[in-house]
Amino acid sequence: MENWSLVSLCVLLALTTRWAVSFNSYSGADKPPMFGDYEAQRHWQEVTYNLPVHEWYFNTTENDLNYWGLDYPPLTAYHSLLCAYVAKLINPEWVELYTSRGYESPAHKLFMRATVLVADILIYIPAVVVYCLYLAEGSFKKKVSTIFCILLYPGLTLIDYGHFQYNSVSLGLALWGVIGLGLGRDMLGSFAFTLALNYKQMELYHSLPFFCYLLGKCVKQGLTGRGLLLLVKVGGTVLVTFALCWLPFLSDSQQILQVVHRLFPVARGLFEDKVANTWCSLNVLIKIKTLMSTGSQLSLSFVLTLLAALPSSIKLLTRPTLWQFKLALVNSSLAFFLFSYQVHEKSILLPALPVCLLLSDIPLVALWFLQVSTFSMLPLLLKDGLLLPYAVTSMAFLYLGLFLLSALQRSTDEQLHLQPYHTLLSIVAPCLPRLNLGLITKWKVRAERWVAL
Amino acid sequence: MAAPTELSGWFPAIAIGVTFLKCLLMNTYHSTDFEVHRNWLAITHSLPVSQWYFEDTSEWTVDYPPFFAWFEYCLSHVAKYFDKDMLVVQNLNYASPATILFQRLSVIFVDVVFFYAAQECCKTVADNKVKEILTKPSFVLGVLLVWNFGLLIVDHIHFQYNGFLFGILLLSIARHCQNRHLEGALLFAVLLNLKHIFLYIAPAYGIFLLRSFCFKSNNSDGSIQWRSFSVARLAALGTIVLSVFALSFGPFIAMGQLPQVLSRLFPFKRGLCHAYWAPNIWALYNVADKALSILGVKLKVLDVDKLPKASMTGGLVQEFQHSVLPSVSPLATLVCTLVSIMPALLHLWLRPRGAKAFVRCVAICALGSFMFGWHVHEKAILMAILPLSLLAVESKEDARIFLVLSTTGHYSLFPLLFTLQELPIKVLLMVLFTLFAFTSLKTLFSKEGCLLSSAEALYLAGLLPVEVLCEWVYPLTAWQSTMPFLPLLFTSGYCALGVTYSFITLYLSLLTHQGPKHKDKSQ
Repeated sequence: MENWSLVSLCVLLALTTRWAVSFNSYSGADKPPMFGDYEAQRHWQEVTYNLPVHEWYFNTTENDLNYWGLDYPPLTAYHSLLCAYVAKLINPEWVELYTSRGYESPAHKLFMRATVLVADILIYIPAVVVYCLYLAEGSFKKKVSTIFCILLYPGLTLIDYGHFQYNSVSLGLALWGVIGLGLGRDMLGSFAFTLALNYKQMELYHSLPFFCYLLGKCVKQGLTGRGLLLLVKVGGTVLVTFALCWLPFLSDSQQILQVVHRLFPVARGLFEDKVANTWCSLNVLIKIKTLMSTGSQLSLSFVLTLLAALPSSIKLLTRPTLWQFKLALVNSSLAFFLFSYQVHEKSILLPALPVCLLLSDIPLVALWFLQVSTFSMLPLLLKDGLLLPYAVTSMAFLYLGLFLLSALQRSTDEQLHLQPYHTLLSIVAPCLPRLNLGLITKWKVRAERWVAL
Repeated sequence: MAAPTELSGWFPAIAIGVTFLKCLLMNTYHSTDFEVHRNWLAITHSLPVSQWYFEDTSEWTVDYPPFFAWFEYCLSHVAKYFDKDMLVVQNLNYASPATILFQRLSVIFVDVVFFYAAQECCKTVADNKVKEILTKPSFVLGVLLVWNFGLLIVDHIHFQYNGFLFGILLLSIARHCQNRHLEGALLFAVLLNLKHIFLYIAPAYGIFLLRSFCFKSNNSDGSIQWRSFSVARLAALGTIVLSVFALSFGPFIAMGQLPQVLSRLFPFKRGLCHAYWAPNIWALYNVADKALSILGVKLKVLDVDKLPKASMTGGLVQEFQHSVLPSVSPLATLVCTLVSIMPALLHLWLRPRGAKAFVRCVAICALGSFMFGWHVHEKAILMAILPLSLLAVESKEDARIFLVLSTTGHYSLFPLLFTLQELPIKVLLMVLFTLFAFTSLKTLFSKEGCLLSSAEALYLAGLLPVEVLCEWVYPLTAWQSTMPFLPLLFTSGYCALGVTYSFITLYLSLLTHQGPKHKDKSQ
């Protein structure tokens, strides 16, 4: 069979899964007065369509920021505006100011789901295909398997097509950034990543490795010669992209401050709902949220986040390779997820993206993490009535991951990259028994062989 | 016989994969057939056997043979643990979440029969030491069967139990290919008592078993050797078939209900064509009639007032009156069907060429009855597509027919799912299946040149504009409210061309095909 048809089959299967998930309920369905993220996205269409740009982020008589006020960067607002124009064409009621609040209908659900699908097809899916074909290692078959597994990652599908958000846009743009850097197109990469950052401020989780990789590359090329030129080019790209995204708001410093204030809502507390990070877990034992002042919470989380992300960033500065870059992305985004301020349970998708990129390198650990990450969002998914699609997609992902990537067969210490961990453990706690993950998984393979005999 | 094929690795993967997909489709639209089967669950659960074929609280009375009623009876004993209210006959159109979950899961679960049958079919295909999985004929066949587009949308979106029934059919065919004829006959007899639509292919079974099983050997030129007739084999065959029928209809004969049961099974009061016209000869006939009457009125040859008011809109079963061409009676369709399959049966009798020729004859019988039958449902095309898959992976000529037939036949199922929400999923699944069928069959026969002629390719590519026009552009026009049937009529007519063409080429291939030199001559 030709290569292109294998890739198309994978993409078609992924699209089928996505649309099949979209038949299910969404967040806040039929739950007045506040509804959920679905209504938030619809409301942003209403606001951006009916109000002038300079009122988008401000609390005015016509823009009640307490009712799902816009709190994402300008690109999200532009995207909402674009969707609103299409919505207006189909049914003006969908974006009518005030009266459309809490609007729900099967036709509108179909429209909203379709906007997610279009964004996904345009940005995320091609990024995954290009990444696997050009940057993943191994035979063509293995690359196709990796494409299939990444596209079937249940976390993203469930949040975008079930719960309702546009994560595929920001994650897709970030992935285009990784592709750009991986292929040596540093300016394109930084352009794409800046767009991602301007779509969703949570992309800051990935920003440290991008910065360190590019800076490390400049240093390596010599900060006096070609490296400087690269630094100027990349810096220029980032600044110009930023300026373009923020153009309507640049006229007034008040505007900029207000947008920044909306993007980083310090008042909303250390964490929200049940999120699988340090603060939420620690809160069970020590009531940090009430014991400490907001200011000290903020500085504590900032320091800890930086500390946790620092080692990998320093290593990346000295050795800017694609492999180090991918690992640093995982490390940095996890550091942010675990320690930073105001983390949502959905933010686990940010570490999940770079982990997806490791699927072909260390399948077992990556699969493991991706499973756990989806499971960590279970309370949210249950609230949205997505138990059935959750169970089906995560079992399918586990099965296909193990089958296609032969994760259980490639599980020696070396293949799992566990050697540094053993070294570290033997220095820090020499008395601990040696945990041999490779042996544990190999046991399963042996048991299978026994059965086969 | 082909060497046993190694299926252990990939077969469970494709079967489990498709099962996950089926589970995801649980919340999609379901048709009135969902209520039909719920009603049958209720009837068989809460009424004595003597009432099964008399009960008519709901308009969806039991109209399948007794074994299927018993199948529903068994299911109902699991259903009561999900939601007892679905088993009440008076609860019309009852569809609680637990009911939906149970009914959907029951279809998914009984598909295990289909998986087993597909696996047995794959084992009958010779792989000729092909190492690469994707280019193994058995793998291609496995995917063509297990991921069949028609079964997916008819069973798991529209809602029916075809997978289970076709599983028994395929298993029976596989048993014949493995020379286990008695088992095959038993399975087919059971199948007939589950759904009587399979009567259409019974002639092929009858002739094949009589000719290739009851006669032990042939003359050297392949003609019949009368002295080799085995009475013992005929007796065994007869006992099996008769006892299955006795088990099924016996109780109803004992209760004196046979006429009632038969009147439920064969409701000839229904019209020539189903609400949406299946793409067959009668669809073309209706189109011609309509065109002639319009032409007649335009040319002032016909008087508008004297024409019968033909209702062509969708809805429940209705009769379509022809205005120019003569009306067609059920008897006429029966005669047409029999005439259409007669040459194939004769050929099977005179020149038996083993099990694969039998499969070809089954496909022809299914297609013949689809082309000429009375009140044919569009879903019946699967009865030809599935057996033809077995042949498609073994010869280039059959692959060509399969591609034309499966693509047009599957496309003709599109009107089954008319909701906007399901539009992407049916298009995606259709493209998925068709792309796989085209590329994998092309790879299988890559040494033998192009599969399709340019005219065939052009015709199939024409389905794309048909789809865009009928389902994307037409609903936006003003005609949608005045003439909603027009896209259906057009789809039906266009697909009828392709199905007719495949019928004719399949027939030609039967009559001219020389076969692999009596390789698997029956012993």
